[in-house]
Amino acid sequence: MIEVRGLTKAFGKIIAVNDISFSVRNGEMFGFLGPNGAGKTTTINMLTGLARPDAGTIRIAGIDCSKNPKAAQHLIGVVPDESNLYPELTGFENLCFCASLYGMRKAGRQARADQLLETFGLADAAGRKFGGYSKGMKRKLTIAAGIIHAPPILFLDEPTTGIDVASARRIRQLIAALNAAGTTVFLTTHYIEEAERLCRRIAFIVKGRIVRTDAVEDLVCQTDGRHTVQFTVSNDAARLCQKITAEFPNLQCQMVTGGVIRVESSGPVRVGSLVRLLEDCGAEVSEARKVRPSLEDVFVRVTGIEAGTMKQEKEKAGKGDGA
Amino acid sequence: MKSWIAFWNILTKDMRSYYLKPPNISWGVLFPLVWIAMFSIRSGLGMESLPDLLPGLVALSILFGATSVLSVTVTFEKKGRSFERLLLAPISLELLMLAKTAGAILFGVVNAFVPILIASLLTDLSAVKWTILTPVVFLIAVSSTFLGLFIAVSVKEVFEAQTFSNFFRFPMIFLCGLFFPIEHLPVWLRPVAYVLPLTYGADVLHASIRHAGRMPLTLDVGLLAAFCGILFVASLRNIRQKWIA
Ligand SMILES: Nc1ncnc2c1ncn2[C@@H]1O[C@H](COP(=O)(O)OP(=O)(O)OP(=O)(O)O)[C@@H](O)[C@H]1O
Ligand SMILES: [Mg+2]
Repeated sequence: MIEVRGLTKAFGKIIAVNDISFSVRNGEMFGFLGPNGAGKTTTINMLTGLARPDAGTIRIAGIDCSKNPKAAQHLIGVVPDESNLYPELTGFENLCFCASLYGMRKAGRQARADQLLETFGLADAAGRKFGGYSKGMKRKLTIAAGIIHAPPILFLDEPTTGIDVASARRIRQLIAALNAAGTTVFLTTHYIEEAERLCRRIAFIVKGRIVRTDAVEDLVCQTDGRHTVQFTVSNDAARLCQKITAEFPNLQCQMVTGGVIRVESSGPVRVGSLVRLLEDCGAEVSEARKVRPSLEDVFVRVTGIEAGTMKQEKEKAGKGDGA
Repeated sequence: MKSWIAFWNILTKDMRSYYLKPPNISWGVLFPLVWIAMFSIRSGLGMESLPDLLPGLVALSILFGATSVLSVTVTFEKKGRSFERLLLAPISLELLMLAKTAGAILFGVVNAFVPILIASLLTDLSAVKWTILTPVVFLIAVSSTFLGLFIAVSVKEVFEAQTFSNFFRFPMIFLCGLFFPIEHLPVWLRPVAYVLPLTYGADVLHASIRHAGRMPLTLDVGLLAAFCGILFVASLRNIRQKWIA
């Protein structure tokens, strides 16, 4: 659906996007995950025709947009990182106006606007001026405006940044529903959880370069061949740890809390024998589970950026906690 | 067809949001009235000399009507980023900018007829050649609007747009032969007059209202149309280069 090859964009000395290539498949939700200033917005701007690439090719739905960025604009909807509707128009008027930009006729525009206001829980605010909306309401209406013409491809630039938990969750549900209904979604975010929850595939972008593109499940499964199993025991985890290390020297054993032991190995862990050993030592094992690394762990490993940096950005971004 | 739906709605939205706002409407009426009063007091002439003033008044009304709002609205929407929405719409940049300027052109044309209407109440306008006046009013409105557009897309801030458009407007009023002939200008200023679109518009206004044109009508109209084309193309070029950077 979206094919990007060697896309590059510099602003003076700053190379905002540096030779990136990726493809987004039909019907897929593709995540573009990166910290502030990574080049996410610049990439969206080039894909949607708001910025001219210095180099590279863009194909959207088979149409070559590198030469003529207008060619595919009827197929795409864009939700920018900042709400950019008209403050002096009401919610309903804004949606009708946006629909008219795509050549929709009056009856169709109004029906679609009403329908979307209903879906986004804004029916009561339909007659109020957009300028007076709250941040969450503005974001919802901006998303509604982006999909007013039911585009097959939707670009979302940080749709939940600075939005409170409940609204963010609602917005994510709406995005997931759109994707389930067949819309191809290109989503940028700096919330790792959001990317993990929504997207099927993710590209990590740092300083204008894509450092990794993969399916979410592959990213979190890839553990460089390491396997981790966590046991919850009744008591005395420290002593049990020593026992395990003595008995199985090829395992790294570590006490996580008083009642939790984590065992790491370069090959598959034989859980049965470990449980037997623990029970022989008089411990009661209430749980044994395989631990998968979180996307956060992967991100840190792949990008070398501490997840804490992203968290700080999150807090700076406002009250939203991205959960 | 789809493009025209977009065109029409951009135009009507601008009309409602900007042009039909009470301050704008009263400005359009007040402005020519004040000028008429000022000129008749200053020159101490009677109402029979009103036709001599009329070309200047008409030109001023158009110039200020067409440029004042446009340079603000385009720059303003650019800053508020709602202009991006228009750039994302699947319509050509040419049609988009025509839609954005159509409101200003119409506003300029309507403004032009305010002093004409007032004058027709005060004096005899039977000598006016309406078949020339009406189209040239339209052409002046177009050229003034595109000049405003050119200024609007050459600057970043709203205040810059205003300062910059005054930088063009005020000298134009005095250099274009509206209130005194270009021959009365110092020799070194005359070439400036001939690169201003309003000079040719003013000449046709003098021709149609007072039968006092100095240049051939076809030359005036041709050059005015050429200015319109050049300014529009230059504006689009600026938008493509600076806004879709
Ligand atoms: N118009 C511009 N002029 C100059 N530099 C720019 C411009 N737009 C972006 N940049 C620079 O390009 C880099 C990438 O910016 P971009 O907005 O794409 O990042 P981002 O990933 O969207 O960040 P954020 O999470 O903060 O939205 C930054 O260093 C930024 O300063
Ligand atoms: Mg951004």
